[in-house]
Amino acid sequence: MNDKQIIASRVALELSDGDLVNLGIGIPTMVADYVPEDKKIIFQSENGIIGLGPNKGEDNQIVNAGGLKASIVKGGAFIDSATSFTFIRGGHIDMTVLGALEVDQEGSIASWIIPGKLVPGMGGAMDLVTGAKKVIIAMRHTSKGRVKILKKCRLPLTAYQQANLIVTEMAVMAVREDGLHLLEVNPTYSIDDVVKATDAELIIRDVKPMRGLENENNA
Amino acid sequence: MDKHIDALMFKSLLKDGMVIHVGGFLTNGSPERLIDLVVESGVKDLTIICNDGGYEGNGVGKMINHHQVKKLIASHIGTNPDVGRLMNEASLEVELVPQGTLVERIRAYGAGLGGVLTPTGIKTMVEEGKKVIRVKDKDYLLELALGADLALIGGAVSDQYGNLKYRETMRNFNPIMATSAKIVVVEPVDQVQEIDPDDVVTPHPFVDYIMGGKADE
Repeated sequence: MNDKQIIASRVALELSDGDLVNLGIGIPTMVADYVPEDKKIIFQSENGIIGLGPNKGEDNQIVNAGGLKASIVKGGAFIDSATSFTFIRGGHIDMTVLGALEVDQEGSIASWIIPGKLVPGMGGAMDLVTGAKKVIIAMRHTSKGRVKILKKCRLPLTAYQQANLIVTEMAVMAVREDGLHLLEVNPTYSIDDVVKATDAELIIRDVKPMRGLENENNA
Repeated sequence: MDKHIDALMFKSLLKDGMVIHVGGFLTNGSPERLIDLVVESGVKDLTIICNDGGYEGNGVGKMINHHQVKKLIASHIGTNPDVGRLMNEASLEVELVPQGTLVERIRAYGAGLGGVLTPTGIKTMVEEGKKVIRVKDKDYLLELALGADLALIGGAVSDQYGNLKYRETMRNFNPIMATSAKIVVVEPVDQVQEIDPDDVVTPHPFVDYIMGGKADE
C-alpha cells in the first residue's frame, strides 16, 4: 500500500457498524474503499446526501461535496443544505474524517487558509469539526519536509480543540486531556522517526504496531 | 395567476447593486440560464450570495468573470481561480462564511429571525467582530440573518401553480434561498401539471416567477 492507502485503511478501523460518517475530500474519501464487509456504514455528503455511494456512471445529477459524480445507496435520502447542517452541527454525525494543513497537540485544526497565498475557504469543514461526535484528521505526517503536527497551530484555525484522533502514514495519535498520545507506529518507522517528524510533544507509553496495514480491500 | 415569464421580463427585474441569492452547489442545481441573462443584461455592482464561487465560466463564475459582482458571500471559492485573482486585485470583495452558517443565516431571514447562535467559528477568524453569547455554559457566535432582493432558483421541477420539488442533489441551497428574497425566480429543469401535495418542497407562495416554459415558447 502507498502512504494514502495506509492512512485510509487505518482510519477505516475506527468505523463502527451503523455509523453515519462524513468524509472530506482527498485521502478521507478513500476510507470508503476500506470499510470491512461486516460493517454497514452510512456516508453523509454535506451538499445533501444521506447514503452517498460511488460514481456508477449513471445518467443523473447526483454529485458529492467535491462536485464529482456520485450515487445514492438504497434507503438513502436527498436533503437540503439546512437539513444537512442540522445533521452536521447538531451532533447527528458519528464521525468526520478530514485532511489538515496543521493540527496541534490540543486538537486545534488549521485547514482552510494560508493568508496571502491560498484562500479556498472553509466550505463545510468548520461546521463538521465543530459538530461531529468524533473528528479524525487523516493526512501525511509532514508536507515536503514541513512539520504539520505542532505544539500550537500557526495558521488560522478551522476549529479550536476539536480533533480526537490523528492518523498519518507513520503513526496514530490521540488527543486527550493530558496531551497527545502516540498510540501506534507503522513498523516501517521507529518511534524516534515519528518524534523527529513531529513538533508536538508526544506522550509515549505502550505504543503498538500500526494496525490496518494488512488490509488489502479493494486497494 | 400564471407565473411564467420570458427573458425580457426577467431582465426587467434586474437592477444595479442588487443582492442576489444564487442556488446550486459547485453548479449542481445552478440556474445557468438565469445567470446567462444576468450577464446579458450587464447589471453591475451586484452582491452575490452562493455556496461557492462556481467555476471559471460556470455558475456564478460567469457574473464574476464579467466584473458584475462587487461582493461575493460564499463558503468556498477554491474551484474558481478568478475569484482569488480579483480578490487580490481588490476589485472583488469576498466574505467567507462557514457553509452551515451561510445556509442558516439565509434560512433565518426567510423565517423572520434576526440571526442565529452557532458554535461554528468560535475561537477562529470567523469570530472577529461578532458578538459571543454564552448559553448554558457554551459559547455561540451571533450570526445575522442574510436576505436578498432576488433569488435565482435551479434544480427544481415546477407545476402550474409554482410548487417546486427538487431533483437529486440539485436541492442543496435552493429551497432555503426560495424563502429568503423579495423576488424569487425559478428556472425549472422540468415542468409538470401538478405536484402531489405530499411531495411539494417549496410551496407556490414562495415562488414569484417561473422562467421559460409556457410563456417562453
